Amino acid sequence: MSPITQTSSLDPLHAVLDAVVPAGEPWLQSVRQGQIFRIVDLEGNQAVDTLFYNAHDVEEHYSLTRTIQAQRALYLGLGSRLMSSEGRLMCTIVADTCGRHDTLGGACSCESNTVRYALEKRGMHACRDSFMAAIANNPYGLLKRDIASNINFFMNVPVTPEGGLTFEDGISGSGKYVEMRAEMDLLVLISNCPQLNNPCNAYQPTPIRCLVWDPQ
Amino acid sequence: MQTSFATLPPLARAAVPAHSTPFSEDLVLWHEQLGGGSHWSGVLRRGNTLRLVDVEGRANVAALFFNLEERTERYNMPDTLKAQHTAFLTRGHALYSDMGRVLCSIPEDSCGWHDTVCGVSTADCVRERYGEARYQEHRNAMYRNGQDGLEVELNKWGLGRRDIGANVNFFSKVRTDASGALRFDTSNRAPGQFVDVRCEMNLLVVLASAPHPLDPAPRYQPGTVQMTVWRSGTAGADDVCRLHCPENDRGFINTERWFL
Repeated sequence: MSPITQTSSLDPLHAVLDAVVPAGEPWLQSVRQGQIFRIVDLEGNQAVDTLFYNAHDVEEHYSLTRTIQAQRALYLGLGSRLMSSEGRLMCTIVADTCGRHDTLGGACSCESNTVRYALEKRGMHACRDSFMAAIANNPYGLLKRDIASNINFFMNVPVTPEGGLTFEDGISGSGKYVEMRAEMDLLVLISNCPQLNNPCNAYQPTPIRCLVWDPQ
Repeated sequence: MQTSFATLPPLARAAVPAHSTPFSEDLVLWHEQLGGGSHWSGVLRRGNTLRLVDVEGRANVAALFFNLEERTERYNMPDTLKAQHTAFLTRGHALYSDMGRVLCSIPEDSCGWHDTVCGVSTADCVRERYGEARYQEHRNAMYRNGQDGLEVELNKWGLGRRDIGANVNFFSKVRTDASGALRFDTSNRAPGQFVDVRCEMNLLVVLASAPHPLDPAPRYQPGTVQMTVWRSGTAGADDVCRLHCPENDRGFINTERWFL
């Protein structure tokens, strides 16, 4: 089955929010039920580590296992229903020009970099440091325990039939985007990945653009 | 020069045993039976190994692991898979925390594949598949699910639903095709299959033996699990998990620093 793509007709001129998130920075934003949320991979091959929370109860978070159970498949793409830890629908992917997104790879961290690459790499910036910075003194009550395993938009982590797991060059490219409809009031927490030790960002982390439209 | 076991200062290297000890009846500390569909939590100390046995050949054990001394540190599925380039767990693998340490490792395993990505069954999932059987009518033969089992146990320790991350499903195998579609595979199931979980840190372990969420069995009949804990010691210098890959060499160094 080849990845399915679908463009969107929404015009950035009509977006109610339009922000560029530089590489290596976090972004925490509320998105209301019915709004459309788009992430644009501006320069290509950029991993966007993303978590969703119920805006009214942050103990309810995006769940990769509930999402995988619901679709009985590993990869995310057009039509994927992103499920919460309570089994509720958080958002639906309604447009996607990339075709496949990962939800197994999680977020990089200083600590996992010491394991994966070298103990001497601890000082390099990492996604989970961005998550920690984003939730420091946050008004929503988010704690470290709420940093669940995330989605990696635009990242390609294929699993072989033998159970091997590899990080491959992204299938994304400059200007590709993914668009979701919020099915509940959400908090969106993003780390625009700073990883330099593997090809998830093509060794060149770049900015992304986040847009929100009111219900259409 | 990059740090590895070979470059550690002599005192740090001396803290690692030559090897851990395989199972022997003489070293057993306790046994306990976990009925199908039930749940369990407890403390397992560094240097002890938990052997789980699938008594009838149809068990599933959903498992979560926490650092007993700092419970915000817990089993992290993506870090575990990424470090070892695998989507499943078996002999030679380490189970990593989110802090780059090895919580526990698998020195022996007769199954060959333990699922890491499918999560636990829920009340809805069990009701839709098997119907309803409440305590009121069925007493302890009631139908139970993994999610509620884990939540009950976590709440005993001041933890709760927000602490349920992607768990291990011991004894369950789920394969994937090129499109990512999942298929439950019963080929490794047999009475007496076992897996050894060796504790490399002091752990809070939470288990639920309810059916796997993708188990195609037409009836609710979760299997019995025999738990045996023995004094094994921690991973030695020659250990199959430590030597599995350079990543694990570094992960064990991080782990041992917690105790130096």
